[in-house]
Amino acid sequence: MRRSDLGEFEEVVLLAVAALSPNAYTVAIAEEIERETGNVVTSGAVHAAMQRLEQKGYLRSVWGEATAERGGRRKRLYTVTALGGRILEESRAVRNRFWDRIMPAIRLEWS
Amino acid sequence: MKETQPPRQLTRFINWLFAPHLREQILGDLQERYIRRVKVQGEASARRRYWLEALAYMRPAFIKRQKSEYPSTVFYNPDMIHNYFKIAFRNLSNNKGYSAINIGGLAVGMGVAMLIGLWVYDELSFNKYHKNYDRIAVILQNEDILGEKQTWKSLPFPFINELKANYGENFKHIVASTQTGGSLLTVGEKQVTKTGQFVEPDGPEMLSLEMVSGSWAGLQQQQSILLSESTAKALFGDSDPMNQIVQMDTDKNAKVTGVYKDISQNSEFHNLQFLSTWQYFLATNAYMAQKKWDNHALWIYVEIKPETSFDKATAAIRNSELNVIRHIENMKEEAGYNPQMWLNRMSNWHLYSNFKNGVADQGPVQYVWLVGVIGFFVLLLACINFMNLSTARSAKRAKEVGIRKAVGSLRGQLIGQFFSESFIVVIISFLIALTLVYISLSWFNDLAAKQMLIPWTNLYFWMFNLVFISITGVLAGIYPALYLTSFQPVRVLKGATVHLGRFASLPRKILVSMQFTVSITLVICTLIVYNQVQFAKNRPVGYSRDGLMMVSMQTEFFEKADVLQSELKNTGVVSEVALSQSPTTGAWSTNNGFTWRGNEMGTDEFASLSISPEYAKTVGLEFIAGRNFSKEYASDSTGFVINETAARLMGFNRQQVAEAVGFPVRWKSKWMTGDIRKQFKVLGVVKDMIMDSPFEKVKPTAFMLFGNPNWINIKLRPQVATSVALPKIAAVFKRFSPSRPFEYQFADLEYDAKFRSEERIGKLTSFFASLAIFISCLGLFGLASFVAEQRKKEIGIRKVLGASLVNLWVMLSRDFLFLATIGFTVATPLACYFLNTWLAKYDYRAELSWWIFAATGAGALVITLVTVSFQSLKAALLDPVKSLRSE
Repeated sequence: MRRSDLGEFEEVVLLAVAALSPNAYTVAIAEEIERETGNVVTSGAVHAAMQRLEQKGYLRSVWGEATAERGGRRKRLYTVTALGGRILEESRAVRNRFWDRIMPAIRLEWS
Repeated sequence: MKETQPPRQLTRFINWLFAPHLREQILGDLQERYIRRVKVQGEASARRRYWLEALAYMRPAFIKRQKSEYPSTVFYNPDMIHNYFKIAFRNLSNNKGYSAINIGGLAVGMGVAMLIGLWVYDELSFNKYHKNYDRIAVILQNEDILGEKQTWKSLPFPFINELKANYGENFKHIVASTQTGGSLLTVGEKQVTKTGQFVEPDGPEMLSLEMVSGSWAGLQQQQSILLSESTAKALFGDSDPMNQIVQMDTDKNAKVTGVYKDISQNSEFHNLQFLSTWQYFLATNAYMAQKKWDNHALWIYVEIKPETSFDKATAAIRNSELNVIRHIENMKEEAGYNPQMWLNRMSNWHLYSNFKNGVADQGPVQYVWLVGVIGFFVLLLACINFMNLSTARSAKRAKEVGIRKAVGSLRGQLIGQFFSESFIVVIISFLIALTLVYISLSWFNDLAAKQMLIPWTNLYFWMFNLVFISITGVLAGIYPALYLTSFQPVRVLKGATVHLGRFASLPRKILVSMQFTVSITLVICTLIVYNQVQFAKNRPVGYSRDGLMMVSMQTEFFEKADVLQSELKNTGVVSEVALSQSPTTGAWSTNNGFTWRGNEMGTDEFASLSISPEYAKTVGLEFIAGRNFSKEYASDSTGFVINETAARLMGFNRQQVAEAVGFPVRWKSKWMTGDIRKQFKVLGVVKDMIMDSPFEKVKPTAFMLFGNPNWINIKLRPQVATSVALPKIAAVFKRFSPSRPFEYQFADLEYDAKFRSEERIGKLTSFFASLAIFISCLGLFGLASFVAEQRKKEIGIRKVLGASLVNLWVMLSRDFLFLATIGFTVATPLACYFLNTWLAKYDYRAELSWWIFAATGAGALVITLVTVSFQSLKAALLDPVKSLRSE
């Protein structure tokens, strides 16, 4: 796995898309990440990240329905592609393997 | 809940800034977050957040425009270009009639413009063949005679030495020369008469002759001659002429020291077929060197030094003659004329060949302007037509534009398409025009007396063409390209007619009436030129030209003139022979000094011609009073026969001419009476004779018996064919002068030649006028058919409602007739103005008569009607069912 392929924020966004699917669109994701992390997240940052992810082939998008909230504009709905799913799993596996190697004693010392 | 909106300005800015394919999503996101924040945090906070959110989008990824999946590069996509060509050709072949009119008209116009351009270029580059063009001049002399500045080219012989001795520092070369004259060149059996000059040795270098063999220094030796290539060919064939001996006339033998390329037709010296030395001329014409300041016989060409200018050199030599002759006793009279020398630069020689008040003024340059302007107008007409037709036609293509837009054409592509179409048409026309010029050039050369070629290798020629093609192409294409492509496809396709606005047709109307103006002006010009020529041709000539032959007598004939005359009569083909000074078709000898009762000034210039008594009968002079000279009265040697004009000058009008007989006239002339006042008597009065230009006033003329007649006039018997008579007469001359070729002129041919330049103008203007008419008619025809097509439905409805054929015909033709009338109204004063100026230079002229204008106006109306009627009748005869059925 090439590290540069997936930035940290990108990974979060990708996870968020997977979690919110099939209703993942920019604003929902931004709000979800805000809620989960407590940091302010602009839709622009999310949009840019999703653009990159889409280019890499981890996401795909289709036009969704238009809502009055959006001034009659359509949403763009994102879903994770198979490649995106595998990447997520791979990164999770890497992490899990490391977690598993951390001795419980040390884990206790952090807290 | 109250509707709140994010800051509108910012929204608009974002809308403009971000890439179109992302706009919907971005704006939607922004708005959605804003609305949610308004609910949770209130409007003020939401607004603040909105700004920050917007700021977060400021990155290249959102601003950069999306690359289209289908490249829209109009000019590089071979498929699209292929398609443009295909559509353009389909369009052309779908409307064969229009296309032919359009392309043909433009091609003819371009062709004419090219011919004229070549001609103007040729005229303007006259004499540029000579490399020192910018520094060569001829010295001229101005004299104040009777309050008028007269300009002479012939200079007194001693002047050449004066110039060289005292003013030489201004000049690189000073070349004295004889006037151009014919000489008989003989090599063995071969004889040719060629024109040439005897010049000083610097001549060839100054004129930068292109030497084929030998060098510019070829005239250093006194007895040497340079031949032009064609002369050398005529004399020596293919053998080497160098160092061969050529006999000139009867008295000179010169060695060929060089051969030069024939001088370009486009040069003052084009008929310089040989060059020999001035020194040799002096050696064989001893009288020349004895001539004093009072006899003007030579020409002087100079090349000024590079560091000086014509003005400076002129200032230096201005009084060079005056300073000498004012000290010479017998030159006091001439010194009183204040002779002033000046340099006439080579660039003036051809284009400004007239002299007025002692400076070069006007001349062929007027024709260069005139023809240039006409050519410009013919081209303008063709372009107007072209634009008119293409724009008129393009309105029909609005639907095409709509469909193209609907299936995804970008505006840029459509603009490219229309421009490329108009360029294709212009380029096709250009190629046709080039072919036309190529074909007609030899004919045009005949007409214009030129030797022009298409300058295939001249860069400027191609640049000019390129510029021209671009301008015409852009002008013709600009309307459809920019206007039609701006239509909304929905509106065009829904069937809403293209609304051109009330004044949309105004420019077109102005263009058409301009066409009428130009063509009508040209037609009036042509008619008036022809009228003038015809008027002069109908002028009573005063003598009979039929079968009248004129032969210049060489010196060797002078003593034998009597025998020659009787020998000629003995041939049986000749009815009369007479001697005269100068030929019948040119009064070359003029003198003043005639005084009579009531006129002691003697300033009137008379044509004074010595003749033999048979002259009157030979040329058919018509006596209106008195009698001819007679050999029976010795006293007739102090008699004059004068013409009507002379009689009028002496105070006898038409009724009183009889009283002029016996009228005493005194004459004192330096050349003719030895500067002594002699008493003469009028013997007879003849009708005015046109000896000089038929457009000028007749000179007062006096015939006399004494003097040196140098022409033989021979009247052939009318019943003898010329082809029979000529060999017999030639044989007689051959017997008297075996070494000289027999050269003769016929009076009728010489007389006709006097009209040549006017006839040439006539031919040129009629050529242009007919082209202008042709082009205008094409335009008219095309436009009329277009209008008829556009109003097809209207015509159908009118017919259904009961309009008659005549009604419709009048309705459709009226507009065009109105335009023609406007054109005529503008053209008339214009033509009047130009032609009055042109006619003013002729003494004998036809006045502008109203019938010419009336005829032209009527003609223009008739042609318009005929052209337009074809289309309007066709439209009016159409079955209304057909035109109204569709839609």
